[in-house]
Amino acid sequence: MTRKQRRLYIVGGFMLIFAAAAALVLMAFEENIVFFYSPSELARKSAEQPIPPDRRLRIGGLVEEGSVQRDADGVTITFRVTDKVDVLPVRFRGLLPDLFREGQGIVAEGSLATNGTFVATEVLAKHDETYMPKEVAEALKKAGQWQGKEE
Amino acid sequence: MTAELGHYALVLALSVALVQATLPLLGAWRGDPGWIGLARPAALVQCLLIVAAFAALMYAYVTSDFSVLNVATNSHSAKPMLYKIAGVWGNHEGSLLLWLLILALFGAAVAVFGGNLPAPFRARVLAVQAMIGVGFLAFVLFTSNPFVRLLPAPLDGRGLNPLLQDPGLAFHPPFLYLGYVGFSMAFSFAVAALIEGRVDAAWARWVRPWTLAAWCFLTLGIAMGAWWAYYELGWGGWWFWDPVENASFMPWLAGTALLHSTIVVEKRDSLKNWTVLLAIVTFSLSLLGTFLVRSGVLTSVHAFATDPTRGVFILAFLIAVIGGSLTLYAVRAPAMKGGGLFAPVSREGGLVLNNLLLSTACATVLLGTLYPLFLDALTGEKITVGPPYFNATFGPLMVPALIAMAVGPMLRWKRGDLLGAVQRLKFAVIATVLALLATLVAAHDGPWLAIPGIALGVWMIAASVEEAAYRLRLFRVPVGESARRLMRSPRSAWGTTFAHAGAGMVIIGIVASSAWQVEKLQVMRQGESLAMGPYEIKFQGAEPIDGPNYSAVRGVFRVSRNGAEIAVLEPESRNYQDPPMETTEAAIRTGWGGDLYAVIGDPTGDGSWSTRFYNKPMIHWIWIGCLMMVFGGLVSLSDRRHRVGAPARRDVPVKAAKTAASMAGK
Repeated sequence: MTRKQRRLYIVGGFMLIFAAAAALVLMAFEENIVFFYSPSELARKSAEQPIPPDRRLRIGGLVEEGSVQRDADGVTITFRVTDKVDVLPVRFRGLLPDLFREGQGIVAEGSLATNGTFVATEVLAKHDETYMPKEVAEALKKAGQWQGKEE
Repeated sequence: MTAELGHYALVLALSVALVQATLPLLGAWRGDPGWIGLARPAALVQCLLIVAAFAALMYAYVTSDFSVLNVATNSHSAKPMLYKIAGVWGNHEGSLLLWLLILALFGAAVAVFGGNLPAPFRARVLAVQAMIGVGFLAFVLFTSNPFVRLLPAPLDGRGLNPLLQDPGLAFHPPFLYLGYVGFSMAFSFAVAALIEGRVDAAWARWVRPWTLAAWCFLTLGIAMGAWWAYYELGWGGWWFWDPVENASFMPWLAGTALLHSTIVVEKRDSLKNWTVLLAIVTFSLSLLGTFLVRSGVLTSVHAFATDPTRGVFILAFLIAVIGGSLTLYAVRAPAMKGGGLFAPVSREGGLVLNNLLLSTACATVLLGTLYPLFLDALTGEKITVGPPYFNATFGPLMVPALIAMAVGPMLRWKRGDLLGAVQRLKFAVIATVLALLATLVAAHDGPWLAIPGIALGVWMIAASVEEAAYRLRLFRVPVGESARRLMRSPRSAWGTTFAHAGAGMVIIGIVASSAWQVEKLQVMRQGESLAMGPYEIKFQGAEPIDGPNYSAVRGVFRVSRNGAEIAVLEPESRNYQDPPMETTEAAIRTGWGGDLYAVIGDPTGDGSWSTRFYNKPMIHWIWIGCLMMVFGGLVSLSDRRHRVGAPARRDVPVKAAKTAASMAGK
């Protein structure tokens, strides 16, 4: 085995693995990227083109005051998320994070059911009281409803 | 007063580091032994000064000196002492000071223990180490000074984020940093070798213990972080492919590759260019991790700072370090010729495969971590790349690496015999087939991927054990002879055995706990019970309790199996006052078969509580496996060749010879 041959093997092996990795990455990107929308963006997107119910999304905004309700089973919760322009009903089955409050910013991941309700599999509220998730703050700014101080 | 002393010590440390970064380098270049000799004392003095600064900050925390802004924002007088101390690094400024402290300690360690290094080389290593130090000292002093005063002093501090008030998290950052910063040693050695234009077996032997130590720390740090997430966040998960987790995982992957490629340089004088590049990349990823976490581009528990000047500073530093070292590499690397040749199927070939797969997997993680940032910067679209992406890319790339990992140590150097190696692993093959059949029968209703997953873990463990037995020639020679071999076989080989078997345990833990986990989400009234697998869980009620700086509700659940009580689970929902925040404290009962995990949620208003339970089979194998990997690393670190028989260079390079001659002359 010469030096050249060895290099050929290593480069060949590298190309092979690299090609496999590239293929995996492209396939995974195709299927697994999750877009973030505010309620008004989501309303606009789904008006343009219906979003299939198996498409995973992230939404964020403020939990509307007085909108949180618990179903009879006790573990399913419905509430509305707003960016002060549009409102999106959300259903979630599970334990809400510690910092979930009415009027607070949250981010939820899940999918849009055909009846227009967002079915969340995960609800995230950030880790301190004054904190607003970055996406939510920007969504509110975009909607012209930001009331906090300018950064 | 102490705060000012700490500040002053940092300024002094910066000036010492500036000297250490320049004069020894010039000295090594010009062959001036006086300037070369400066490196050692400079490293020690710099370390002492930074220790002093760190001690000053710690003193301010321990005495709750709220006239120091950093203490006022991050501490509170009612906090338990452990968290006052841990609070030192529980914030942006303090954690950077910890980074610096560890960097300086590593530098001092080279100065003290590097007696077997040629003086000019040691001077260059310490100079490079000091350059990194200059960057971070400047960063701390100009953008993140922990000693800023707050006058008038407030009566009490604002407190530490309660999520961070946890013994697991108190020690997670120091270990993580010991790992991150430990890779700076590999980097400094690589850059020093590039300056000298020389990489050989002796170089690899010097680099290896530092890399190994850094790797052990990083493994432990990551494992602690995962364990903390598991019991503290209350979701039962321990790894979320969160960008901040990835930031620590990427250096680990690159560092693991580096660990393996230095073996090839040491034993076969081959793969030199690649190893040097890997050393640079590993530390660059550590810096990138620091940048991602500290600059505030990511939002998470870890991101303390959201000050743009800091981000710009770290970014500039990152570009200088990575750009500078890669330019040096581009100039010098082509001149370094690789040594020993080898066939594709050989020990070296196996290690090359390991390196290719680990670095490609690392690249996919990097892409998934940075892509959302780029997309946001370029188009303003917000996306998340979540666990499904990483499972779909990282997983398939690691599987061949893990399969090959069992065979690699059985292959001979230069030219191996794959069929022979597999034949020598016949018991491992049998064990794997049995495991495959057993899981197929026992768990046919779970996800099918779990079946080969468990078999893969068994394969890794069984092959590691069989490789060790083969090394001892167990049962083929008299027991006494095997015992003699046990005493004589090199510890580094034992390190491999433990680390590889540990990795197998981690795989089994991951597969079993995610595939066969049972989750119950239910509203429970006092006295109500629920059945979960073989267990019956009875809710005794919830009671209010008071902690040192929080109040809480504690649920009491009695767990019984076949009518006999086996455990009482007491999860809490805590309410901290400073800062005001609620946290969930899960109650976990670890048995032989796995964990039972209980969380108490909110009251529903009519006297019942929402609760959540998990049964997570074999999850403790993950923690045990990680500890075993670390243990393997430590065993390998204690190998005789790192302690005695100073690695000597066979011939002296021209420049060093000149230096040596001039030193002898004076």
